[in-house]
Amino acid sequence: MNIELRGISKRFGSVQANRNISLDIRASEVLGLLGENGAGKSTLMNVLSGLYQPDSGDILIDGTPVRFDGPGDSIAAGIGMVHQHFMLVPVFSVVENVILGVEPTGSADFLDLAAARDQVQAINARYGMDVPSDVLIEDLPVGIQQRVEILKVLFRSADVLILDEPTAVLTPQEVEAFFGIVRALRDAGKAIVFITHKLHEIIEIADKVSVLRQGEIVGGGVPSEFSEADLAEMMVGRPVSFSVGRGTATPGEDVLDLRDVTLVDASLEVRLHQIAMSVRAGEIVGIAGVQGNGQTELVEAITGLAPVASGQVMFAGTDITASSVRQRHCMGIAHIPEDRQKSGMVSAFTVAENMVLNSYYDDSVARGVQIDWHRAEEQAAAACLKFDVRTPSVFLDAGGLSGGNQQKMVVARELERGVRLVVASQPTRGVDVGSIEFIHKQLVACRDAGNAVLIISSELDEILDLSDRIYVMYEGQITAEFDNSSSQADRGAIGLAMAGANRTAAA
Amino acid sequence: MADQTQMDPARLAASQPVANVTDWRRIISGFTLVMLAAIVLFLLDAPWDSVSTFRISRPRDTWAVGNLVVPSQLINTLAAIILAFLGTRLFLRGGGRWTGLSLGVGLIILAMAFLVWATAGKAISLTGMLQATVVRAVPIALAALGGILCERVAVINIAIEGMLLAGAFAGALFGSLMGGWAGIICAMLTGGVFGLLLAVLVITYRVDQIIAGVVINLFVLGLTSYVSSQVFAEFRWLNKATPFRAFKIPVLGDIPLIGPVLFNQNLFVYGALIMVTLSTYYLFYTRMGLRARAVGEHPRAADTLGIDVIKTRYAHVIAAGMVAGFGGAWFTLGSVGRFDENMTFGRGFIGLAAMIFGRWHPLGALAAALVFGFADSLQQKLSILNTPIPSEFLSMAPYIATIVVVAGLVGRARPPAAIGKAYTKD
Amino acid sequence: MTRSSDTHGSPRNDGNQHNGSSHDGGNAVDSLRALLAPTIDTRGNLREIILIPLAAVFMALLIGALIMMATSVEPHIILRSFVAMADGSVGSLNAISETLTASIPLVLAGLGIGLAFRAGLFNIGAEGQMVVGGLMAAVVSFSVTGLPMALHLPLVLVSGLLVGGLYAAIAGFLRAATGAHEVISTIMLNLISIRLLDYLLRQPFIQKEGRSDPISKAVLETAELPRLLSFIDPNLRLHFGLFLMLGAVILIYWLLYRSKLGFAFRISGENPDAARYAGIRAGLTIVIAMAIAGGLAGLAGAAQVTGVLGRATPGFTAGIGFDAIAVALLGRSHPVGILLAGVLFGALEAGGRQMQVDAGVSIDMISIIQALIIIFVAAPLLVKRIMPFLFADRPKEDADHG
Repeated sequence: MNIELRGISKRFGSVQANRNISLDIRASEVLGLLGENGAGKSTLMNVLSGLYQPDSGDILIDGTPVRFDGPGDSIAAGIGMVHQHFMLVPVFSVVENVILGVEPTGSADFLDLAAARDQVQAINARYGMDVPSDVLIEDLPVGIQQRVEILKVLFRSADVLILDEPTAVLTPQEVEAFFGIVRALRDAGKAIVFITHKLHEIIEIADKVSVLRQGEIVGGGVPSEFSEADLAEMMVGRPVSFSVGRGTATPGEDVLDLRDVTLVDASLEVRLHQIAMSVRAGEIVGIAGVQGNGQTELVEAITGLAPVASGQVMFAGTDITASSVRQRHCMGIAHIPEDRQKSGMVSAFTVAENMVLNSYYDDSVARGVQIDWHRAEEQAAAACLKFDVRTPSVFLDAGGLSGGNQQKMVVARELERGVRLVVASQPTRGVDVGSIEFIHKQLVACRDAGNAVLIISSELDEILDLSDRIYVMYEGQITAEFDNSSSQADRGAIGLAMAGANRTAAA
Repeated sequence: MADQTQMDPARLAASQPVANVTDWRRIISGFTLVMLAAIVLFLLDAPWDSVSTFRISRPRDTWAVGNLVVPSQLINTLAAIILAFLGTRLFLRGGGRWTGLSLGVGLIILAMAFLVWATAGKAISLTGMLQATVVRAVPIALAALGGILCERVAVINIAIEGMLLAGAFAGALFGSLMGGWAGIICAMLTGGVFGLLLAVLVITYRVDQIIAGVVINLFVLGLTSYVSSQVFAEFRWLNKATPFRAFKIPVLGDIPLIGPVLFNQNLFVYGALIMVTLSTYYLFYTRMGLRARAVGEHPRAADTLGIDVIKTRYAHVIAAGMVAGFGGAWFTLGSVGRFDENMTFGRGFIGLAAMIFGRWHPLGALAAALVFGFADSLQQKLSILNTPIPSEFLSMAPYIATIVVVAGLVGRARPPAAIGKAYTKD
Repeated sequence: MTRSSDTHGSPRNDGNQHNGSSHDGGNAVDSLRALLAPTIDTRGNLREIILIPLAAVFMALLIGALIMMATSVEPHIILRSFVAMADGSVGSLNAISETLTASIPLVLAGLGIGLAFRAGLFNIGAEGQMVVGGLMAAVVSFSVTGLPMALHLPLVLVSGLLVGGLYAAIAGFLRAATGAHEVISTIMLNLISIRLLDYLLRQPFIQKEGRSDPISKAVLETAELPRLLSFIDPNLRLHFGLFLMLGAVILIYWLLYRSKLGFAFRISGENPDAARYAGIRAGLTIVIAMAIAGGLAGLAGAAQVTGVLGRATPGFTAGIGFDAIAVALLGRSHPVGILLAGVLFGALEAGGRQMQVDAGVSIDMISIIQALIIIFVAAPLLVKRIMPFLFADRPKEDADHG
């Protein structure tokens, strides 16, 4: 089955998300769709999967124009989408998730789970995916959850598969296995759209590439004809260097020192198991690992958001295990949260208010029990200039800023206070390339000023670019440590550690 | 996204002492049970030689069974011991998944102890009590069912109280005008209309679900009070419906104890049991039920699979209104046939507590409703038995129980994940 | 809803909002000045803030008239009832006095509910908090004797405030400690307070001597809130509570928008996660916010007992605690908005009484109108759809708010 998009345009309010986009999607071919965050990739695919209706333009299937009024139409036409954020119901079993929307039924609308299970197992076997049928999704690792997403699409006998940033949550080894499945699907005659912002993946897997920038197609062709630098320039619109150019580190004394920290969550499950690690003054330490292996909990233990069950958290020689979040703030621990909109800012507050979100109580802005808003606003304006937060006024709601500017606002707020340790969790997630460069520079500058910096990122490239030292986390443990100061650490070795290869060695 | 990685159980066992976070749920529920034990032991004491007599059959029943006679003080001492055990266990170790069961058993034992104490040296009809329990559980169970239908598609339904009241009102009015059956149908339709109103407000206009619910309650209270003082006061025949009488199911109704309790009741009891059964089948064994639950857990996922989130929510909220309307008609057509201002008196909210207690499952909610119904009928019996406890305190009991249940269970029982959030596409 | 990150169908974050920043050109001082210049972008918003409540009131009155027609009230009676409503609320000095008197407890309790709202809590329990606060005030007002007014009256008011605050703090504590939703627990506490009131009013130390029905002793003269207009006419009921009300408006405004505690409340209300990350102790914030809310409701009860009723009786709160919810919603949880909304509802209350006397229409009609006003205010999109012409000249607004 071939699909042709002709002149698709879509706008949201004042934002033109897609402008006059034309694409060719062919059977037995992997089409790479490259573009940075916010370039309009997801909007385009949501149009194709029927979730959005285009303002203008046509979708042609094998030459016949079609119209999708909802995801149901697109599914019926044989298009299946695997979303970046999995569309799985965590408390449903694999079978229930796979059949949802196309359930086999008996009389009285009775759900025929037995028949469904057989059908799912048949597909499972055909593509060698090895997914259990009756386990709840929430009990499965993300790699398997992704296979469930693909099963879902295949169960609907889709001929076109759209994969939206599918490798974001996988280890390098899992990525290889996943590419194997993609190739098998292509060879079985499926058309595949592979959306990513990672250049090397395009070069490895795509048969053809189209590059999207600010809602428009700006180029494309056969990937082997381009270098990574060409593709990067096309994607961003100017030459970019992805390496930060950081000098050698001159580490000092331990600023942060975790001693056998164990953390247990509310449902009594062990989330961190005897973590021992340190971050020294003047160095950047990176935490690599597949999302959900205890990184969030590690940050919570360091910042005081969650109590630890045993072990000690030492900060500059003092035991802060029992200190509150605020006490730790005041001692000089800065925290850039992994999800800025969820926990890093208040969208309905002004930029100025957001800038004092965790300093409003101290003498820099408060007088007695009262907040000196004039002072707060002046400080906010100065910080906006210094950290390149682009807003016409500090009195506008922070929710209206772009993702990059919101993130720079959070970074500004955290780094402007006198800090000694910066805990930066996913510091550049969902941010444009310009802001990424800026934030990276700020973090390196922070290191060069003699502070300790801890970076947690699921983007291995980011960890490799920034860190002087790298720890790998797997299932709540530190399973490996790599030196990354003079020469880059071995990507493959890190990947193996991320997949749990040397878990016993470290445990 | 669920990205919890399961930890190796072996390592879990080997790990250090568990987090020292104060678990208030555990403390509150454990403490309450221990306090109840103390109350039973010290306040509900009867002479050691007194007995409590519970009549089971009436003399002219087909199959008569003898009376149940128990030694009052012995039973209550035992009850206190069990309560103290459950409470201490909860207090010290935490109940985990058993918290709900412990609380439920505790409440039932407390109610029994009260009953035994109040009947010490007297006699009371056990069958009558249980019959009243079932009857009084009906509006609570139906309110809970209405709550479940809504919350399973992620709409909070605080308006259930108003829907009950509207159903009670419509039942009385149309029941007086056109007879009982028409009254029930109109009560359900009225409930459905308010379900539709809630749906329009929270689904289409994305009003905060709790605000919308509260406002609908205020509106229904105002409207029914207005009509009842403006119209019913003058035209009394509009508020004088013939209530449904109990009808005995042949043979089954003659079984001792069970017969009168389950098979010699009015339409509302049978209706509630049927609705609970049907909705259990619907939610957990049918295609549409699976889709509905998906909408409540992960609406966007459902949407991407071509399930119409908006329509599903509308349908369930309206259906919930109809169930609640039926439950509301119980107050008028199921008992006295007359509507009084604010006659539902918080039953809808107790129904929501029963829903939480029953973990968003119709059968669980029914069980919880029976516990509340028992407390309700107990209060009535106790005031007849002339106990020294002020009636105001007895009537507070279900409300206090509701608070304890909600405080002890929220967070343990997991509501549908998308609860309270309006659905938008982008 | 899944939260949308940038890559996930959220084209709004494309980087071209709020553009036109002048960071690059000009010197730093100019840029700073530009960032700090007051924005005027809020004018359209302001119009909406005024227009929507007005439209809501209009539509509520209209539907109220329709309901009256449906219950076979003659058209001329409907007309007369609206005239009576206006007459009873603003038609004379006495009417204005009644309006303001009725608005005092509404505003006080409404401020509490609004404050709790700002902190992310829905306090349905103002009614119960008024009951316990008012009852406590009554007890202190007749059982403490021999104090001068300057001491007795404040003591009475503060005891009402404290008890109301403590009662609300129960719900706050349960929420903070166990996660029990405050909506359910405050509703239950309301129902409990009613039974408690009935019980206590029969106790010998509270019940009026020689009575068998539940009614408390009378408030001593030294604990009465003085009437303000008695020099004009001793029957004008407006009392000193007016100043309590205005003082509370100013205090709550300061608390919410100038104080550290209020900022912590607002962060917790808008984004509890961000509050936690900012080191704000969620549990404590919840308990304090509930206690303040309950304290204001308790004060409302105390003011009602000592300023208007002179004693506690069953149902003396008369649903004011529920109407106050509506006042807080209508006032958008802003102290000034609550003041205006409270006066409007006070006027409806006073007008409603007149309507009942003059036109024989049940005062319950007022509850209907109040509920309708809130429905419309809570659903601005609905108002815009029904009355598009009011908002017509603002073409692109809200198109992308979904």
